[in-house]
Amino acid sequence: LSSRPAVAHEHFAHQFANLEHQKEVSLLGMWVFLVTEILFFGGLFLTYTVYRHWYPAAFAAASHEMIVWAGTLNTVVLITSSLTMALAVNAAQAGERRTLLVFLIATMMLGCVFLGVKAFEYHTEYVERHIPGHGFQFEAEYASQAQIFFSLYFMMTGLHALHMIIGLGIMAVMFWLSWRGTITAEYSSPIEISGLYWHFVDIVWIFLFPLLYLVGRHVH
Amino acid sequence: MSTEHAASRRSYYTVFLVLLACTFLTWWVAYFDLGPLNTLVALGIAIFKATLVVLIFMHARSSPRLTWIVIVAGLFWLGILLVLTASDYLTRSWV
Repeated sequence: LSSRPAVAHEHFAHQFANLEHQKEVSLLGMWVFLVTEILFFGGLFLTYTVYRHWYPAAFAAASHEMIVWAGTLNTVVLITSSLTMALAVNAAQAGERRTLLVFLIATMMLGCVFLGVKAFEYHTEYVERHIPGHGFQFEAEYASQAQIFFSLYFMMTGLHALHMIIGLGIMAVMFWLSWRGTITAEYSSPIEISGLYWHFVDIVWIFLFPLLYLVGRHVH
Repeated sequence: MSTEHAASRRSYYTVFLVLLACTFLTWWVAYFDLGPLNTLVALGIAIFKATLVVLIFMHARSSPRLTWIVIVAGLFWLGILLVLTASDYLTRSWV
C-alpha cells in the first residue's frame, strides 16, 4: 500500500490508505456479494438440471410453449443495457457527468423494456393457463411434469426480474448521485459497483435464455 | 478524454457485437437436432458470453489478483454444488 498521505476528499474513509485503496476494497466487497448470488441462482439451475434429466420429453414440450421471439428480444435488450452500463462506468471514470447521466437513463429505459416484455410473457402464460396450480392446463401426457417446468420458469425468471427491479432502484439512486455531482473521476466507485451488479443480472439471463426458451426447439 | 478511456469504449462495442452474434447463433443452432449436443452447444455459447461480460464489461481482466481469487473461489464452489449433486442424480440409472 502506498504510504503517501491520503488526499482530502469528502467521501474518503480514514481506514484506507488512499481513495484508490478504498475503491479496490469496495469493488472486492461487491464481488464477494456476487459470489453468494452465483450460489443462490446456482441452486435453482441445479434443480432445473435434475428435473430436466428426469423428464426430458416433458421439459422439451413445456419449453416449446415459451415465446421465443420475446426471450430473444429480451436477451438483445439486456445485452444492450450491459453496453450502456459499461459506457456509463466509462463516463464516470472519465468524469463526464452529462454522458454518464445519458447512459444511466438509457440503461434504466432498457431495464424497463425488459420488464415490460416479461410482463407481456407472464400475461400470455396466464391466459394460456400455464400458471402452476389448480387451473393449470397442458397436454395430458405431460401435465404434471410440465407443471414442474413452469414452476421453475416462474421462480427463476421471477427472481431474475426481482433483481432487475432492485437494479432499477440502484440506478435511480446512481442517477441522483450523478445529477448532484457526487460522482467524479476520483470518486466513481458507486457507479462501478452498481455496474458489476447490473452485468451479473445480465449473465444470469444469458444462461436462463437457452435453458428455458430453446430446449427442445428442434423437436417440432 | 484520455486515450485509455477511448480504448476501453472500443472494446465495449466489440464485445457488444460479439454478444449479439452469439445470441443469434444460439437461437439459430437450437432449431437443428444435434441430440445431446444441443444442450452442450447452448451452454458453451452461454459460458463464452458470460466470460466476455466478466472479463471486459466487469473489468475482471484488469482487476487485482485478489478479485480473481474471489471469482475463481465462487466458481469452484458452484462446481462443488453442481458436480457432487450431479454425481448422485445423474448416475442413479447406472445401477
